[in-house]
Amino acid sequence: MEEKVVEIQGLKKSFGDLDVLKGVDLDLHKGENLVVLGKSGSGKSVLIKIMVGLLKQDEGSMRVLGEEVSTLNTRALNAFRLKIGFSFQNSALYDSMTVRENMEFPLVRNVKNLTRGEITKKIEELLDSVGLPQSINQMPSELSGGQKKRIGVARTLILNPEIMLYDEPTAGLDPITCMDINNLIVQVREQYNTSSIVITHDLTCAKVTGDRQAVLLDGQFKAIGSFDEVFAHAKDGRVKSFYDYNFIDT
Amino acid sequence: MAEEADRKPLLSKKIDNFFSGLASAWSFVSRFFKEVFLPPYELKEVVHQCYRIGVESLPLISLTGFIVGIVFTNQSRPSLSEFGATSWLPSLISIAVVRAMGPLVTALIAAGKMGSSIGAEIGSMKVTEQIDAMEVSATNPFKFLVVTRVLATTFMIPILVMYTDFVALMGSFLSVNANEMVSMTTFFVQVFESISFLDITSSVLKSLLFGFTIGIVGCYKGYNSSKGTEGVGRAANSAVVMAMFLIFIEELLVLQIVNAIRMM
Repeated sequence: MEEKVVEIQGLKKSFGDLDVLKGVDLDLHKGENLVVLGKSGSGKSVLIKIMVGLLKQDEGSMRVLGEEVSTLNTRALNAFRLKIGFSFQNSALYDSMTVRENMEFPLVRNVKNLTRGEITKKIEELLDSVGLPQSINQMPSELSGGQKKRIGVARTLILNPEIMLYDEPTAGLDPITCMDINNLIVQVREQYNTSSIVITHDLTCAKVTGDRQAVLLDGQFKAIGSFDEVFAHAKDGRVKSFYDYNFIDT
Repeated sequence: MAEEADRKPLLSKKIDNFFSGLASAWSFVSRFFKEVFLPPYELKEVVHQCYRIGVESLPLISLTGFIVGIVFTNQSRPSLSEFGATSWLPSLISIAVVRAMGPLVTALIAAGKMGSSIGAEIGSMKVTEQIDAMEVSATNPFKFLVVTRVLATTFMIPILVMYTDFVALMGSFLSVNANEMVSMTTFFVQVFESISFLDITSSVLKSLLFGFTIGIVGCYKGYNSSKGTEGVGRAANSAVVMAMFLIFIEELLVLQIVNAIRMM
């Protein structure tokens, strides 16, 4: 078994009276793509936001790459965040900057002594790998939803992260673009040797991208395993209905 | 009795909200003063924001300042001419423009133009998770977005105020020259004889305060905007209203302090 890069134990998180995560346990192994499935509002995004220190858990442990995230000070947290790539649901491209400036932004602030040529080369390589070399001087407003997702992924890859977190990568995209994004997620793992957590409620995305699936319902994981293990023999009715309401043709 | 009981929770909620809002604003301002002295210094972004705030406001400020100069001169002339004192127009205008109207007009225009723009920009960045994206890429969004904008407004408003003073005085000169046949040299000699070092110092200090207020209020409202496009609109709107309100309060306070100094 590969080493664990993420270890979550007894994680709890509430917002006011609403208990979102009620004692979650989960592991992610090195080189693995793990898909977290669940209904909207089930706490999937909260889980990965705790992972990068955007939110703090109320109870429990979240160890990522050997670090207990909640105990890191600002400096250590920033150093830790360089090892994690976070692809946001709506891409979160800086809309006042061009694609080039978007991609430069994390690089020039975190990697010192890079020449202009080296920066440009790195950006061009990444844009090539996500299939959008021509968009380097475009503004985010000139890009389609799928293109924005790709640029968002490229921007996170520029710091060579060890773990990629994808928040609803296929939300709001047409089926063909969804398939492109799914393939990109698989390609990123192979090309950049990353471990990933993919947050989604799209079963096609889950099947194509995931080595393991974890179904989050009512603040706890109700099923964890391969796609077939989770859905073919689902005992929990809600897990089964999750499958039944998705049309899969892959 | 029952009505009173119904009202109590609402009142206590409002008081709670007021004080928690005050505490949150205080912590935001304190964070600014803490972060402004700590590296890294986003100098390139400060310069970019200074350009946006300064240069892009010039056409509006020029037009407004010029009109204010002409209108104020034309409005003051009839009253002074009743006493045969139209020769005092340059002095009157210079005192009014340098002491109050220049800083106030510039600050109010800047609050409307820049305050709303800062509030909306940062608010929409919050709603679309761009601030989170900065944070996860190990960049301090407070420093990049808030500190740079507040520094830019704080530095640029005094410069814009001096420019507005100049443009307003030029507008006034045109009116005085056309009606009283006063030369530019005579006009400006009278202008500078009427204003003191204290007038200029207080105007600059007041402008720094106004600039800081516009920047910090715009950033605070944007940074704390609630989710959704409605929240962005509300952030932009309340940034303008709050900044204008604070500018008037500050004007009043500074006036009292300067008058007290003048009496000494």
